[in-house]
Parts: sequence; C-alpha cells; structure tokens
Amino acid sequence: MNILVCISQAPDTTSRIAFTNGDKEFDTNGVQFIVNPYDEWYALVRALELKEAGGGTVTTLTVGDASTDPVIRKALAIGADAAVRVDFKPTDSMQTARLIAAHAEGKGYDLILCGKETIDYNGSVVPGMVAALLDLPYVALGTKLEVANGVATVMREVTGGEEEVEVTLPAVVSAAKGMAEQRIPNMRGIMSARTKPLQVEAGAADAATVVRTFSLPEDKGSCKMIPADQAEELIRLLREEAKVI
Amino acid sequence: MIASITLKDGLATKGSLEAASYAVALAKAEGTEAVAVVHGPLKGDGGLGATGIAKVLHYADELQDAGQIAKLVAAAASGSSVILAHDAVGRAVAPAVAVHLNAGLVSGVTELPSSGAVRRNVFSGKAMADVEVATGKAVYTVTPNTFPVAADGGVAAVEAFQAEVGEARVKVKAFHASSADGQVPLPEAELVVSAGRGLKGPENWGIVEDLASALGATTACSRPVADIGWRPHHEHVGQTGVAIRPNLYIAAGISGAIQHLAGVNQSKVIVVINTDPEAPFFKAADYGIVGDAFEVLPKLTAAVKALEA
Repeated sequence: MNILVCISQAPDTTSRIAFTNGDKEFDTNGVQFIVNPYDEWYALVRALELKEAGGGTVTTLTVGDASTDPVIRKALAIGADAAVRVDFKPTDSMQTARLIAAHAEGKGYDLILCGKETIDYNGSVVPGMVAALLDLPYVALGTKLEVANGVATVMREVTGGEEEVEVTLPAVVSAAKGMAEQRIPNMRGIMSARTKPLQVEAGAADAATVVRTFSLPEDKGSCKMIPADQAEELIRLLREEAKVI
Repeated sequence: MIASITLKDGLATKGSLEAASYAVALAKAEGTEAVAVVHGPLKGDGGLGATGIAKVLHYADELQDAGQIAKLVAAAASGSSVILAHDAVGRAVAPAVAVHLNAGLVSGVTELPSSGAVRRNVFSGKAMADVEVATGKAVYTVTPNTFPVAADGGVAAVEAFQAEVGEARVKVKAFHASSADGQVPLPEAELVVSAGRGLKGPENWGIVEDLASALGATTACSRPVADIGWRPHHEHVGQTGVAIRPNLYIAAGISGAIQHLAGVNQSKVIVVINTDPEAPFFKAADYGIVGDAFEVLPKLTAAVKALEA
C-alpha cells in the first residue's frame, strides 16, 4: 500500500504569538517550528505502522518554502521513505489543498493521511478539500484506522460519541488523537534521513481568503480569589455577578 | 443564504440551530432570506422556523457520507453563501462545499462579518484573525457556543428537495455513545466541570460528577488523567483533545499547562481550584480558590443544591 502523509510545520506550543507587517503576518522571529503534532504523532506514525504490517511506501508531502525542510527531515527520521515539497508559501487552505491534490493526482496513492488540523491556523479543512478536489471519499477525525483487502475501517469522532465506518480505498482520512502513539526518532533514523530523497516541485495556486489583520485577545482582569472556607460564595458570584449558572 | 443542518431525532442539533441563527442574522444584514437544507427524518420544521429560517429544503434520505451531504448542500446553494456548524459533520462537509462552489472557506468563525471581514480564532485561541473572502460566495463554519440561538421567529415552510448526491462511499457500521446519560457532549456544553491529577485517583471522581450533576454540567479531564486511564479519552480537553468554549469551566486539581489552556481558554468564565497558590492556571482564571478539591467540591455541590432548593 502506498500512503501519502501531508506534513505541515507549526510553531511550538510554547511560542510567543506576535505579528508583523502591520499585523498581517505571524512574526516567526525566534519561533521554534515543529512538525504539526496531529500530522506527526497520529497520521505519520499510523502510516508507518500500516507499512510495517503490510508493506508499501510512505511518502510525505509538504507545501512550503525551504524553511520547512527541517520538519521534513524530522518526518524522514521518524521513518518516512521519501518526501516531496511543493515550493510555495501558502496563505490560505484552498491553496494548500489545490497543490496537494495536483501532486497526488494520478500517482496512485491508496491512502492520503492528514492531521485533523494544524495547531497554528486550526482550520481543519485541507484534507476535506483535497478529497473533494480528487473526488475521493473522506473520513474526518479518525481515532483508529485499520486496512484489510483494500478497505479501511475507521473509528471517527462524532458529536456524542464515535462511529465505526468503512470506506474502500483510495480515500482521504484525517487523524485525531488515538490513531497512534508518538515515536521518537532514533540515531539510525536521523542519520538515514539525511540521504533520503526530498524532491522539490514547483507549484502555485490562488488564495480564496486573505487575512486582513491578526490581533491578540485582551488580557483577563486579575483572578478574584475566594477563601476555601467560604467556597459557597463562589456559587453566589457565578449566579449574581458572572451570571453563568 | 443557506444553512446546512444536521438533524437528531428529527430536530436540528444545537450547533445547527446556532448556524441557522447566524445565517438568519447574516441574511438580514444582506437583505435576503435564510434557507435551511436538511436530510433524513424531519419533525415539523425541525425547530428551524423559530430561528428565523424562512424555508426548509428537505431531502428525504438520511446521509452519513460527508461527500454526499456536500453535494446536497452545493445543489441547494447555487449562488448563495453557506453556513455550517464547526462540529464533526461541518468540519467534514464544509471543505467539499467550498470546493464545489469555488468559494472561500472561513472555518470556526466567532462573530458576524464586519466591514467585509469575519473573525476566527487562531493559534489555539491565543490570537484572532479577521479574514476577507476573495471569492463572490463564502462558506463559514460557526464555532459552537459563540452565536446565540434565536427564538423569535415563526414556522418555516418545508419543501421536498431532490439532488444528485451519488453513492455512499463512507458506510457507517456502528455508533458508540461516549457521553454519560443526559450529559451534553463536550463541544456543545455550556457548563463543564473538569479535574486533573490533583484528584489522586479515578475512585475519587464522584465529587466531580456530583458537582457536574448538580449544575447540569458535562465532565471533562486533563490529558495526564486520560493518558493514565483514570478517565476516558473523549473527556480530555486541551490542545490534542477536545477544544471547548463553555460559559463556565470549573477546573479542580489541574495546574494549567499551556497545552491544557489551548483547549479551554475560550471559556467565558474560568474557575480554578488548586492547593498550589502558584499554579499557572490562576493567571488565566476569573475566580480562584486555593484549597483542597476534596473539601471545596462538596461545598460547591451543596451550595448549588441549596440555591436550587
């Protein structure tokens, strides 16, 4: 089975969030970029497990400029066989989706796996767009994924529970917590990642949305402390002051 | 303006009623009317008329494949913008609708558009982005619990609707309910009571459940507690778990790591109960109690019951 895993970079969770260029762009100054956790921990690792069990290849695809190469090497160190980077810096999810679909078209991937969202823009839309552009079935928010005889069985999150669904491959699946466990790359993986192929393709697509400005939320006022022996006072405040109960 | 609606037992879900109310407000601002598209068994107008929806387009068969729902919505929408809930269904359907309509998609909006841009949260709630749609039509998914459900409308006309939606390629085999009986699912919950390692063991969760039950709240937990198996994974709120936006979030015995805050920082009011006065969570809280959850939670439960009595 040949699997394509879409890999995005994202700022480390502890990064300071600030903006530049008239609050139109994220300020990457001093920011440590990581592989988006949903792409790495769940989508990539599950792809590797499926390959280890049933053979095939795992290729990663990233839409980004050369600054994304370190996270691509990390994905190769974890165990992907090869990587493709579409050399384009997207500002909108439709651009990313169109470039992923353009790469995947006609390549015969059995499965396209993506994280359920990135931890920076939290859009949760690229995998669904890729599926629609390629006219493939799409299962969102998968927490378990098994493949047998060309059919994927996926557990997916739905409101109030989980659903077990079946889909004949090829298909697009987005990965949520539970699909796999994080893997730490070992020294052999890190060494071999240096010589694995990272193919760079040209590409461009129009944006369907534009960020006018970013802003930061107002600071919360200070926390009102209530003595533990007057805990019942909290309930009065929640009803009469905050009016939430 | 089209609102794409999910029905449960013939009625629109809470997230869908919010999406319908958003569509009605947006349609009013643009001098047009809002139409809902639904599929599957429908009771009356599905509760949609009350939100101000003028007409309900009803596709008789229940659809479970997001690809089919997207084709239905795109057929109903020809020329209009589309509003969906940012829930499990909306996340799967909206991207395909945007592709079919060649429309810009803004997911997880938190407000109505204002002077041509619409606001959404980014960086896990640590910032906001005002986004312009560069195409004629727009597709928006509305973040749960951000837009109030309108109830001043009337009764919507229901009209049978046909569309070519193709075969179901994703087939549902089984459903496993996760919420305890009577609990509102976490993403929709307005009141949430959550606890972490400070509770010392799964056998102590009774005091959390008692307060939640007195308040009519949903229970949640921190990641470590889910990872060590004290609580089920679906209760984990935080960066990699469920992101929630309740009116009230009560956290007991949770220190407030940045990954936890990323999932709960959109709560309107945060209450933190912790024995450690230096717990970072107090900085993000509106109300705090430095104290032992084993003493404080039962007192709160008693106070809630006294209030209701």
